[in-house]
Amino acid sequence: MEFTSLLAISLGAILANNFIFAQFLGICPFLGVSKKIDTAVGMGGAVTFVMALASAFCFFINKLLVSLDLAFMQTVAFILVIASLVQFVEMFLKKFIPTLYTALGVYLPLITTNCAVLGVALLNVQNDYNFIESVVYGITGGLGFLVAIFLFAAVREQTEFSETPKSFEGFPIALVTAGLIALAFMGFSGLKIW
Amino acid sequence: MNFGKQLKEGLISQNPVLVQLLGMCSTLAITTSFFNGLGMGVSVLVILTLSNIIISLLRKIIPNEVRIACYIVVIAGFVTCVDLILKAFVPALSNSLGVFIPLIVVNCIILGRAEAFASKNGVGAAAVDGICQGIGYTLVLIIMCVFRELLGAGTFGAGLLGGGELGAAPGLRVIPEQFGIKILTMPVGGFLTLGALIAAMQWALTKSKNKKKEAK
Repeated sequence: MEFTSLLAISLGAILANNFIFAQFLGICPFLGVSKKIDTAVGMGGAVTFVMALASAFCFFINKLLVSLDLAFMQTVAFILVIASLVQFVEMFLKKFIPTLYTALGVYLPLITTNCAVLGVALLNVQNDYNFIESVVYGITGGLGFLVAIFLFAAVREQTEFSETPKSFEGFPIALVTAGLIALAFMGFSGLKIW
Repeated sequence: MNFGKQLKEGLISQNPVLVQLLGMCSTLAITTSFFNGLGMGVSVLVILTLSNIIISLLRKIIPNEVRIACYIVVIAGFVTCVDLILKAFVPALSNSLGVFIPLIVVNCIILGRAEAFASKNGVGAAAVDGICQGIGYTLVLIIMCVFRELLGAGTFGAGLLGGGELGAAPGLRVIPEQFGIKILTMPVGGFLTLGALIAAMQWALTKSKNKKKEAK
């Protein structure tokens, strides 16, 4: 029972309800950091890590807020937790894994304003997930983001060299590409039945 | 005060969505009906103006090192107010926008304007900037909503017009249902519509630039 529900959450988060293509969470870094596959994967990994941590921490913060009758402070509390988490991850990486730190560079602080991170924390509360479900949703949601940004960067590296109409150069053609990948991901929506 | 110039920047030359490319998530996600677009646009407009005013007032007090954190707290405060107000008075809109109302906190438009404008300018200018950028954002949302709703579902103003309760109204039917391009109301349609809209904007901007060059 437990296992099937976790599997359903994971499959949903990675494929059917992909954070990028079905829920539109985290579009800014998705479009901004997807020009090269390496940086895209680095960003995806960092986002997955922060999403997992944020789901775990925000679960307890939410319990605390509810018990204190302060549930309306959710948004403020969550964003502060996420901002400090990102800061903490940044310091930790700088001290212990400096190679990864330099590879991620400016993208790390950007994660604070990634709506996927705040989104996963809010959705966990909205869906009434327990602790394990929240963490699984955070990790798999991040993996979904990773899959999406990896696919997108791979296609985008190719479109760089193709001839596009002048008005469509740069961002518009990227959006059309994303639209086509989203179309492919719509095929997974049949998985929703379980 | 140069209201006309700022309005022009907000609407066209520095449009937050089409030129600065900020706030993509909400733009793509909620532009499925006129009702949603208007609600989201006005919410962002109000929050942007208020947070611009407060941040501009506090710009000399906030230490430079922790400014982003301070901005986020100010913005989150206003977002919570708007969220609660909508829940209390327009529950239909609050349900239909769902998680995207609290997510206004991380909408890059608001943080972007706080960092780029409000933290460097006086209160009056910051307030005007908030209003102009908010109008620019709302306008893009409405264009996208009308386009997607009209061609996708074949209606106009679902949830707002056509009788019935707010949020449940069927809207005015313009195109018979079987001719609607369903895909436009799905996520794919959001990407394609926004791509086409930005392309149109780039085309118009380069055209006006070339015209100016020729005139010289």
